[in-house]
Amino acid sequence: MAKSIDVSDLNIYYGDFLAVEGVNITIPAKSVTAFIGPSGCGKSTFLRSLNRMHEVIKGAHVDGKVLVDGTDLYAADMDPVNVRRLIGMVFQRPNPFPTMSIYDNVLAGQKLNSKKMKKSEADDTVERALRQAGLWAEVKDRLNRPGSGLSGGQQQRLCIARAVAVQPEILLMDEPCSALDPISTSVIEDLIHELKTEYTIVIVTHNMQQAARVSDDTAFFNLAGVGQPGKLVESGRTEKIFSNPDNPATEAYIQGRFG
Amino acid sequence: MSSTTEREKQAPRPVRRPGDRIFEGLSTSAGILILLTLLGVAIFLTLEGLPGITASPDDLGGKTGGKNFFAYVWPLVFGTVWAAVIALLIAVPVAIGVALYISHYAPRRLSSTLGYVIDLLAAVPSVVYGLWGLLFLSRELAPFYQWLADHLGFIPFFAGNPSGGVSANSILTASLVLAVMVLPIITAICREIFLQTPRLHEEAALALGATRWEMVRLSVFPYARSGIVSASMLGLGRALGETMAVAMVLSASGVVTFNLIGSTNPSTIAANIALQFPEAFGTFTNVLIATGLVLFVITFAANFVARAIVERRKDFSGAN
Repeated sequence: MAKSIDVSDLNIYYGDFLAVEGVNITIPAKSVTAFIGPSGCGKSTFLRSLNRMHEVIKGAHVDGKVLVDGTDLYAADMDPVNVRRLIGMVFQRPNPFPTMSIYDNVLAGQKLNSKKMKKSEADDTVERALRQAGLWAEVKDRLNRPGSGLSGGQQQRLCIARAVAVQPEILLMDEPCSALDPISTSVIEDLIHELKTEYTIVIVTHNMQQAARVSDDTAFFNLAGVGQPGKLVESGRTEKIFSNPDNPATEAYIQGRFG
Repeated sequence: MSSTTEREKQAPRPVRRPGDRIFEGLSTSAGILILLTLLGVAIFLTLEGLPGITASPDDLGGKTGGKNFFAYVWPLVFGTVWAAVIALLIAVPVAIGVALYISHYAPRRLSSTLGYVIDLLAAVPSVVYGLWGLLFLSRELAPFYQWLADHLGFIPFFAGNPSGGVSANSILTASLVLAVMVLPIITAICREIFLQTPRLHEEAALALGATRWEMVRLSVFPYARSGIVSASMLGLGRALGETMAVAMVLSASGVVTFNLIGSTNPSTIAANIALQFPEAFGTFTNVLIATGLVLFVITFAANFVARAIVERRKDFSGAN
């Protein structure tokens, strides 16, 4: 189910503006890869280009290749809708559908795939997804209550449940803990550890300790200068990036000397 | 117990700045003014209407066709609600479609032009719509009505006249004119609400692999539901009370019928008042005012129903 991602010479544009330049990276399957770097360096943009979500902004386009197990996401006959069905995403702020119950939120993706499910099947899917997201025990007695009634951390786990309910191949997380308190954050980090046995996970984070705690690989993005495109400076095993990076800029950033 | 009261006594009074006080006063009095105006209208309608409601048919000089007030007002109530409901059934889907096109589908330049044109529709005086309905629309619609009567005549709505003909000055024409008239306000409100859909919710749907239409269904419509109801109610209010256009277009004869394209149609309260008032005197004037009171009550009831609909799904509204 989980797949690896190969990115080669990827340039990301918003209209004429080059936002991210020349990214080459391989993201291994069934592992956690963290993107770190200062604000505005293009790591979120790059993350969004992995499931073509950046295209919701008019004029956004890319050069280069993103291969998921050999399939080019940007091939001419590739529909972004199908890409997003295979590659799930969790956002910075929890965004369950406020008008839906917890139960319907988890099944939202399933319904889009227009699979007609039996009630028992649907129940199983909901339970499986909520268990995977570590939320089942807390909500099993109020599945028909609105998702927006949960706490922030629970809502974020509900969003994770919603993403994994469709059994995607890859899970992208865009600063999933930045709006959460430390306890909810730690719950989600534990969850990421469990989820990587089944999914390829890519996470953007501003929290260096978090990157060190949860990730197997780390990629450091930086701006070449003001008004210049963001670049991938260096990527590799997390231990190496955090203890003995090749690039002095990486070391400076990790040690908090800038950014 | 005593310590809390002491503490309450000691608690400093909140500081009130002059600016706060002035604006609080202004907004409070604005709110009270609205209530007073409404109350004034209600009192006027009740006092002036009561003699009309209690009058015996003989006092009315045959103006009501020998009927008492309730028998007189019933076809008007029916006609008012019937015409307004048909107008809404036509206008709301179109308005939602137009608003959605402007907010989510049209290229930016086209969408602003289109929005402007729609807003212009609201500025056209109702007498102009009346002229257009009477002199143009009804003539153009006549062949279509004939076709409806010929092919769908077995449905009571499209029965036409007993003689086999149809009337172009029927309630359906009036409703179509009403629909055009309420379209701008419904569209404008829907458009604003669609545009306010949180980006986060739209992205949640898109990230799950929703197509644009699915995204609209998953995030835009649920978010906008209460707004759509409110917009429709504003439109309904206008359709219920619209006077001139209906008075000009509709050939009314005080019957109760579901036939949409016949020559005998129920009139509406507002149009009936406009047509009868110039020649009304004595108690019949009170009867007309009493029908106005009935319209007032209907509009109120419609708004209460709308509030109830919005309130019922409050937990799921996304406002929390």
